[in-house]
Order: sequence, then C-alpha cells, then structure tokens
Amino acid sequence: MSDIRIDTLGKRFGNTQVLHDVSLAINEGEFVAVLGPSGCGKTTLLRCLAGFERLSAGTIAVGGRTVSSPGRHTPPEDRGIGVVFQNYALWPHMTVAQNVAYGLKIAGLAKAERAARVAKVLDTVELGPLADRRPADLSGGQRQRVALARCLAMQSRVVLLDEPLANLDVHLRAALEEEFARFHAQSRATMFYITHDQSEALALADRIAVMDKGRILQFAAPRALYSEPADETVANFIGEGRVIDVRSLEPMGAGRARAELLGRNAPLRCRPDQRAQPRARVSFHPGDLHLVPEAEGIPAHVIRASYRGAFLRAEVMAGPRADIPFTLNIPAPASLTQGQRITIALRDGWVLPAAA
Amino acid sequence: MPLAHSLAKRPLRALRLPAALRGERGLLIALALFVGALSILPLGRLAYAALFPKGVFDATRIVEILGNRRIFEATLNTIWISIAATLLATVVGTLAALLSALSDMRARTLWVFGFVLPLMIPPQVIALAWIQAFSPASPILGPLGLALPAGTRHPLYSMGGIILLLGLYNAPLVFLSVRASLYRVPSSMLEAAQAQGARGFPLIRDIVLPLARGGIFAGAALAFVSSIGNFGIQAMLGIPARVPTLITLIYRQLNSYGSSALNDMALLALLLAGLTVLGMALTAWLGRRSDQRVDATRRPPRRALGRWRLPIEATAWAYLLACLALPLSALLGTALVRGVGQPLTRDTVTLENFSNALFHHDGIRQAFGTSLLLTLGTVAVLIPVAVALGYVLCWRPGWVARALAVASELAYALPGIIIGVAMILFFLRPLPFIGTGLYGTVWVIFAAYLSNFLALALRPILGGYAQIERGLDEAAQLAGAGIFARLRDVVLPSLAPSVMAAAILVFMTAINEIQTSVLLVSSRAQTIGPMIIFLDEAGSSTLAAAVGCLMVALVLALMGLSLLLGRRLPEGVLPWRD
Repeated sequence: MSDIRIDTLGKRFGNTQVLHDVSLAINEGEFVAVLGPSGCGKTTLLRCLAGFERLSAGTIAVGGRTVSSPGRHTPPEDRGIGVVFQNYALWPHMTVAQNVAYGLKIAGLAKAERAARVAKVLDTVELGPLADRRPADLSGGQRQRVALARCLAMQSRVVLLDEPLANLDVHLRAALEEEFARFHAQSRATMFYITHDQSEALALADRIAVMDKGRILQFAAPRALYSEPADETVANFIGEGRVIDVRSLEPMGAGRARAELLGRNAPLRCRPDQRAQPRARVSFHPGDLHLVPEAEGIPAHVIRASYRGAFLRAEVMAGPRADIPFTLNIPAPASLTQGQRITIALRDGWVLPAAA
Repeated sequence: MPLAHSLAKRPLRALRLPAALRGERGLLIALALFVGALSILPLGRLAYAALFPKGVFDATRIVEILGNRRIFEATLNTIWISIAATLLATVVGTLAALLSALSDMRARTLWVFGFVLPLMIPPQVIALAWIQAFSPASPILGPLGLALPAGTRHPLYSMGGIILLLGLYNAPLVFLSVRASLYRVPSSMLEAAQAQGARGFPLIRDIVLPLARGGIFAGAALAFVSSIGNFGIQAMLGIPARVPTLITLIYRQLNSYGSSALNDMALLALLLAGLTVLGMALTAWLGRRSDQRVDATRRPPRRALGRWRLPIEATAWAYLLACLALPLSALLGTALVRGVGQPLTRDTVTLENFSNALFHHDGIRQAFGTSLLLTLGTVAVLIPVAVALGYVLCWRPGWVARALAVASELAYALPGIIIGVAMILFFLRPLPFIGTGLYGTVWVIFAAYLSNFLALALRPILGGYAQIERGLDEAAQLAGAGIFARLRDVVLPSLAPSVMAAAILVFMTAINEIQTSVLLVSSRAQTIGPMIIFLDEAGSSTLAAAVGCLMVALVLALMGLSLLLGRRLPEGVLPWRD
C-alpha cells in the first residue's frame, strides 16, 4: 500500500529543466537513499513527492494511487506523507507534545485518544519526560526525534527525509543514523532519504539512487553501487573511485576477466555478456591496489605519504613516463618516504560496460 | 493506511463552499475581491469620471480645465512646494541619520525618539502647534520678548512657511530610510578607506554617502509622496496664506459646489495622482543602480566626534528644541488659556478647554467615538487580510498576488484626498440590492480606510514572514492542515509580534487620519482628524489646541505601549525605536 512509482518525471522552473525523465520503483517498506551533489535536483524530487511542487511531466503514484501528474495534483495535506525537514521545522510556539499531536488534532481525533497516542509515540522515541518542553529547549538530536515522532504519530506509511543530518556535528551523526535505522525497523514505513553524504547513504539504505544534473544515473544496492558502478560518473563519485584505461580485455567466463594495465596482468570482474576488447575502462578503489614484490608489479615512486591511523595513504606516480597518479592505502604498520620506489598491483576492478 | 485516509472525515459543517472556492484558491479569490472592490474599482472609477465624464473622451474639456489660470497656478505651486520640501527633508533627514548611525553622540536613543516623533503626530496638529509658536501672540516666545510685533503677518502663512513645515515634517521619513541603509554599509569598506588615509568629511562624501545612495533616494521618494499629499499642513497654512495647491483646490471646490464639481475634481485628482507617480518614478530613476551587498553581519562602528562633539550635540538638541519642544509647548500653552493671545499666567490658566474637549463638546465626543470605532474596525479587518495577503505574496507568488500588492501600495501612496474623491464617485450612486447610497455615511470612510491602510498593515507583516521558516508551514500542510488552520495555528503565533506592530501602526495612523476623511465627513459622520481644522476655521483655536494636545498624548501613550512590548518585535518594524 505504500510503494512508490515515479514514472518519467520531469520538472521545469521557467526555462530551467531541473529533473529529467526520472523513473524509480520503490517497494513498500524499502529504505531508499537519493545521493548526489548539491544542486543535482534531489531536494526538488523530494518536494515533488511531498506535493509541494507540481510536475511538468510524468507521474507519481503512491500505493497504486496517482498523486501527481501534470494534470492532477493531490495537495500535501491529503497525501498522508511524513517529512523530516533539514532543520526539522518544529513549531516553536508549541510544546513537544503539541507538535506531535497537531496532525491528529487536525484529523479530528478525540482528545483522550490523541493524548494516549502521543504519549505512546513519545515513549517510543524516549522523549516522554520532555513532552512539555519547547523545541528551543531541546538538543539537536532530541529535535530530530520529535520530528520523527511526528511521522510516527501520523502513522505515515511514507516518510521523506531531507538531509536530516546536514546541520549536525560529526559525533551526533553516527548516533542519529542508528536512530533512523531503528525508526525504519519499527515503523516499516517506506523511507526516502535525501543526502549528499555517501557514507550515510551506504550505511542506511537498502538501495541508493545516484543523481546528477537532474537525472538518475544508477539505482542499486549499496554493494552493487560500490563494486559494479554503471558508468564513470558513479564510479568516480562512490568511495573515492578511480577509472583507468586497460588494454587487451579478455573475458574468462563467470563474470571474470583479465586485462593489461601498464604492462602487467590484472584480474577483473565484468558483466557475463562482456566481450573481448582491445581497450576498456576499469573502475577501482584505493583498497584494490596492493604493494607487491618487485618482479610482479608496476613500478612507481611515492609523491606523498600521509598517516591516517589504521592505514597509510600513499599518492604515487607510475607508468613509463611516471605521469599516471594512483592512490593506495597501505595497512599499518608501514612506513614510506617521499621519493621511495615501490611496485604495486591491481587485485580487483570492474569493467565499465561500454556506453550504450 | 495513513491516518489521513483511515479516519472518518470530520463532521461535515452545515455549509461547505464548493470545492473550487475552498482552500488556497478560495483565499486568493477572496483577497482579489477585497482589493478589487476597495482599491482597483474606485481608482478605476475615478480615472473614468476624469477622462470620460459623459461616457465620451473630450479633449477640449480637459485642456480647458487644466488651462484655467487658477488650476495652472495651483499645479505649479504643488510642484514647487513638493520639490522644495523634499530637498529640505532629504538634507535634514540625511544629516540626522549620519549623526545617529555613525557618531558617538550621547543620549542618542532619546534624540532619535524626539526626531521621529513628529512623524507620528497628525500634520494638522503640527501645523497648529507651529502657528501658535511663531504667531505674534505666541504663548512661549511672547513672554521671552522674542515674538513678532503684534499686527505683523504670520511668517508661516506663506509659500516658504509651507515648504519649511512640510520639509521638517517629512525629514524623519528620509532619516529612517538613510539610517537603514547606513546600517547595511559593511564596516570593512569604511575601514579600507581609513587605511587609505580618508577621514572626516572626505570619508563621508566619498564613501558613506555613495554607499547610502539607495536609501537617500528611497527616502526622498517617500518625502515627496508625503509632501504632495499632505492635506493637514497645506490646508492649515495654505488657505489663510492664499497659496492654492491642488489638494486645497479640490477640497474647497467640493465644499463650495458639492457633487456637481465631481467630474472636474476627478480630473484634478488624476492630475495629482499623475504628479505623484511621476515624482516617485523620477526619484526611483535617480536612485537606480541598486545596491546588492548583503554583508549585514557587522554594523559600521560609531566614530568619535572628538572636539566637535559638544557643538554638534548642542546643534542637534537645539534643532529638537526649536522644531519639537517649542511648537508643542506653544500648543499646550494655547490649550491652557481661554482665548488666543491671552498670556499664560497663574490667573489665566484653565483646564476648561480640555474638559470641553473631553466631556462637553458633543461634536468632538461623537467624532472621537466614530474615529475610534472606525479605527478598531479597520484594524480588525485589515490585520487578517494582511496576514493572508502576506502569505500569498511570500509563499505563493504569482502575478495575481503581485497585482494585489501593487494595487494596495498605490492606494496607500496616492494622496488620501484622491482616495476620498474616488470613494465619493464610487459610492455616490445607490448600491444595487440595497437601493440606498453609502455616500455621507460612516461606511464610505470605513471603505476608504480599508483601501488606504492595507499596505501600511502589510509592511511589518511581510517583514515578519521573512523571519518565519517556510518549513513550519509545509510541516503543518503535511499534517493535513488546510490553509485557514495553518494561518491560525502555525503562521499567526509565529507572526504575533509583527501583527502587533502592524495593528499599532494602523491604529495610530487611522485614529487621527485627516487626508481621506476630510472629504467624506458629513453631518452624520464626523471623524476627529479634520475636527481641528473645522474648530480652527470656526475660531475656536484654544479648543482646537486642546484636541491637538490630546491627540499628541494618545500618540505618546501608544508609542510607549509599543516600546514596552518592543523587545519581541523584529528589528526595524517600529520606526521610533533606535
């Protein structure tokens, strides 16, 4: 009843096309993150879903009911969708309990029932003792829990979250990420989470939609996004990804392949239908590069080494003219000095499907 | 199931509007009807009556009327008086703003209060106070031996007197506008100039004034609009001085000839409106190249006046003494004696005028009652309308909202007498369905007030909206609240301080209002504002002075009240707060 079908959605502001041909099918109870740089249109997509913006093209259906299309628009009041705003949008003149109860009051719920439900919801988010405080007297984390409680009280089957952690400091973020996961587990609501922070998205979401310039580039599970990016933009965006040219690509069946990188053999993964090619583009992450004994690897020299605690981050130059930069993580304990000569090898990589 | 769908809908109200008229669309339609009926239609009627008196456009009639020697003279007087008064107001207001915003003068808050105070006092009271202060029989200058010899013509009953008084009266408007822009000048710009060696006068001439240019011209535009439409001062000084202006001409012709002169007066009103709009456009053009810097984080620091401090402070306070304390005490002095010119001594002092004004004079009591009711009614209607219009303007912008805002601004900026003529024309004929006209009743004045003061109520409320986070409203929308529930439960509580400020501003302006109602009052409906002119014309100057003193006292009381709750108000909403 709370699956979301977004079909070829388009949104224009004046002459600027903000969203192009966006299609997403989100299952009931799924936790979906939309990840993209600022200005990519992700907030506009959320506002379209909530009903604050009208569509220029396409449709949005929630639970099989079309709520938005260019000719038809269910106002936000009637959608029953919950939103956690970036700064929570708690009404400053109401207490915590009144904030949570407001939607129930509008819906005409009897006073006793309302009070009971508010008390139960506040207990769920562990805010019972703070019911009579005003939002101004709460910490950032508590405010977020009030915002979540508002969605819980309304029993919203779809909850949209608009960069809810963007204004908080790093220490609070981890704790609040957990809060979202728990909220999702308890409510089983369909969650639609907007963020520009990939670690948040990777940690929380069942599936992630990567957006750029108003288009969805890839919609897949975090693991797939990380290890099997659909194109170069996604590959570069996720997990400090890197894309490089290889030669003589040969599939070996069962999704394995090998190719030549700077004169050395590299084991790779590819699509089952990948064909042999003289050249290909391969995506990998710093963790896929390893230090190897001199005879087996690609010679390189260290430009800069920086200490990162659990590992050493090394920037190196390789290739015949020593002009191809690589970044690799070397597990501690290790020490490298600037100018030191090393040999490296690529142990894993993903062959990017040729652009259609 | 989301709650919104699983719950039975609220019990049906007995009467429900059709779906197309409910919610935000219904609100917009209601607002359009309100502004349309009260501002757009009457002004349209005025233009029609002026240009098509019998349904046809008659160019020769227009040329004939406008070519009339008296009208031509009044037009030239109007232009010259408003331009000269604007220049005076701009110079005085800018100097005051520089002094209060950038210098380390002492007792600044009190001085600013005194400087802005005249703006809140009705112009006819100011005019009466100045007339009393500088007349040969001045109750203050007389005992000091400084008054003019008896029998001299009063110096203010002249073109120069009108210009002087209009200029000084409108200086606070320029002051407020320039001060606001001075506070926005980034202090780093002044510091950079100082690092280059600029100080004192060159610093002000080369850096400060160019940066405050937008504020200076915006203030000048306000001063121009306010000068050209100021009935109180132009009538109190111009009629005895025989210096006709367009406003006094319209007023006297309508008084003498009644509604037969209406179409011709409509033409004059249109001419006045044209001059007003022309003046606004000209100042806007001169002040163009708008300033986009938004570094409002740090106000420029106040600079030490050094050895000039004492002379400058003395001049500043002497200005207030001459332009505020002297006229107001003269007004009080006149109100405390039985006849004009009587010296104020222990034997002659009497409270008779005050007791007459407060308890015995039926006309004054009724007029005050009518004004109070009208004002309360105006506040009660305009505040909700302004809150709703502000919502649409801020959060649902579109051409309809823009047009409504422009129409209400126009009704506010145009001289009140134009609204008066428009209202007479619009309500002269019997209304459909009712069968009787509203002309001559208190309802015409009410309609004129609603039209005239909507923009005044709207300004602080728009300022309030700018401070509310829009998500608060959207969150309530998601909770299922319709537009009226949101306005009541979410918007209004957040807006409360600005709403208070708007109510106070409208109340203070409407209670002593003269410009519009002077044409609309009749034997059945009197307001207190024009009462001073009528009393003065009838020779009861001491009674008029007492009424004027009571008006000033009311204004002071309201300003004091507003300062008490001032701490919660957004900055810049109340002009008299520093």
